[in-house]
Amino acid sequence: MSEIKEVIRVLDIRKTYEMGKTKVHALQGVDFSVREGEMVAIMGASGSGKSTLMNIIGGLDYPTSGSYFLDDIEINKLSKNQLADIRNQKIGFVFQGFNLLARTSALENTELPLLYDRSKRVKKHSEAARHSLERVGLGDRVDHFPNELSGGQQQRVAIARALVTNPSLVLADEPTGNLDSKTTVEVMSLFQELNAEGVTILLVTHEDEVARYAKRIVELRDGKIIRDIQQTPDIAAQDLKELLATRANDQGIEELEAAEAD
Amino acid sequence: MQALRLVKVAGKSIIKNKMRTLLTMLGIIIGVGAVIVMVAIGEGAQFEIEQQIQNLGTNMVVVTPGAAQTSGASQGASSFSRLTPEDAKKIKNESIYSANVSPVFSSFRAQIVGGEGNWRATILGVTPEYQVIRNWDTTSGRFFDAREERTGAKVVVLGKTIVDQLYGDRDPVGERVIVNRVPMQVIGVLESKGQTADGNDQDDFIVLPYTTARNRILGRWSFMRQILINTYTPEDIPLAQEEVRAILREAHGLASWEADDFEVRNQEQLSEAAQGTTEVMTALLAAIASISLLVGGIGIMNIMLVSVTERTREIGIRMAIGARGSDVLTQFLIESIVMSILGGALGIALGVGGSTLLGSTMGWATAVNTETVVIAIAFSGAVGIFFGFYPARKAAALNPIDALRFE
Ligand SMILES: Nc1ncnc2c1ncn2[C@@H]1O[C@H](COP(=O)(O)OP(=O)(O)O)[C@@H](O)[C@H]1O
Ligand SMILES: [Mg+2]
Repeated sequence: MSEIKEVIRVLDIRKTYEMGKTKVHALQGVDFSVREGEMVAIMGASGSGKSTLMNIIGGLDYPTSGSYFLDDIEINKLSKNQLADIRNQKIGFVFQGFNLLARTSALENTELPLLYDRSKRVKKHSEAARHSLERVGLGDRVDHFPNELSGGQQQRVAIARALVTNPSLVLADEPTGNLDSKTTVEVMSLFQELNAEGVTILLVTHEDEVARYAKRIVELRDGKIIRDIQQTPDIAAQDLKELLATRANDQGIEELEAAEAD
Repeated sequence: MQALRLVKVAGKSIIKNKMRTLLTMLGIIIGVGAVIVMVAIGEGAQFEIEQQIQNLGTNMVVVTPGAAQTSGASQGASSFSRLTPEDAKKIKNESIYSANVSPVFSSFRAQIVGGEGNWRATILGVTPEYQVIRNWDTTSGRFFDAREERTGAKVVVLGKTIVDQLYGDRDPVGERVIVNRVPMQVIGVLESKGQTADGNDQDDFIVLPYTTARNRILGRWSFMRQILINTYTPEDIPLAQEEVRAILREAHGLASWEADDFEVRNQEQLSEAAQGTTEVMTALLAAIASISLLVGGIGIMNIMLVSVTERTREIGIRMAIGARGSDVLTQFLIESIVMSILGGALGIALGVGGSTLLGSTMGWATAVNTETVVIAIAFSGAVGIFFGFYPARKAAALNPIDALRFE
């Protein structure tokens, strides 16, 4: 196990928000690490500091104290511009609200991170974006605008966008928060699939329904880790199959009933 | 390379928000259009005055009363001066370089009654030499002669417009007209000189001997506007000017330390003076129009600021996926520059169209030159940078977390 690379190492991270005279201690000493290929669910009640932790790990914010290494780079020592480049090249974000650009096709949305890629690793932007969309099963929707796609499809575009730069880490803050139960299972199935391909995934959720698909659960309370366990994840693809079967069944019964009524 | 991509991003954003783009550009379009039309009118007016001065005749020297104002200091009340017919006579007798000399008396809006009714027109009191200096022809009858000038004969030569107004198609030669209650005889009709480009009628006047004008109509103490002189050759002009100056200084009994109480100018000097005033006018018009360009710039800033707020989430997304502050700044700055240059181009089209339309419908002389167009484009680009910078910087300074949370 020890030869597997550590992607994230967080050492005694603290974050204090000052709002006038009152101080909010959102994180009060968090230590943990994530190895390559893991799929971790960060759980906790609302206000427990999940998003604060994600923002720091995602390079969107600096911790008040402590240190954070991503691929052995000490992120909290970097300048804003270096941080922007880290976000671009090493991290893929998936948000609860999808956060796609309106009036912009799925392909263009997916291409967007490459626009800011100063390393110029990827030469053919639209090809890379197309491939990324195929990976999430939207190869036939490249020219659709966000308002022409369902919530689940929009989230899949967002995942394609997160993957297009081949990041070390995909961060997802409540990625299924805006989705219904069937679509939630769909998206989780996609995450599991990507994880199986080697993508390291860190997702925030407060739902057990979602967390059960992760290999590891880290639970926060009042800005501290109170639980960190490995588990055998449920297989989302399996659940999805069953879900579809029951639905088909229900529909079959409805049809039968309708036929009987005639 | 990066900049080129950002231009593309800005272009897409501009195309995706056509209405917003148009509204943003409107101020610049109107501003640039206004500047071009105003400058065109100013330059047209300049051209017009130039033409009028050229129309005076060739090899001309003009003497006007009053001290030259070049030194800035006025000569004081005692230097109030007049030109007299005797001055003109003295020049005629003593100047070698002057070919023809005529005093010019004039009065606006004299009443003329004759033929079918009455009319108001300018009257000019001159000598027969005036006809030679101005190179005028008569279409009917003749100009008055030296004897009629000497005796103050009650004869008039009519401009074409007067004939049209009072006699229609009839030839008025030999008819009687009453000029300011003095009966006179029409002896000739002047060839039409048409209108100037700005619609000034050049035929709306009557000419008579200055002696008659002075004695019968304007009064003995009437003001003599100028002495008009021409020389035989263009080379004679400066010599004539010096000579005339010496003659008049002597005639006016000026001591060597006294300044001239008159001015002797040639056509070039006249047009320089006129050019000075029209340049001031053009500058003034351009300044007024520039204010609208400024307002257009403020409009761009206004809409860009609104746009930054409106697009806070977009900015947050871009930053989250790796846009640097400078990328966002560049994107917004390019958007603003592209919009204002595009607006400038449309404004030029509007300005050129507007000037042409004004020129043809109002009969105003207008002239659009490439210089104005180039300046307009450069200026609107500068407006885009100047007024786009603040909103762009505001966008770039956004914190990605707050921007993403923005509803
Ligand atoms: N920008 C902020 N300013 C002040 N307080 C904040 C800010 N962001 C989060 N907090 C506070 O920090 C705590 C943790 O918030 P957050 O990380 O968003 O929790 P979670 O995502 O688990 O619901 C909460 O008490 C929240 O009110
Ligand atoms: Mg949260």
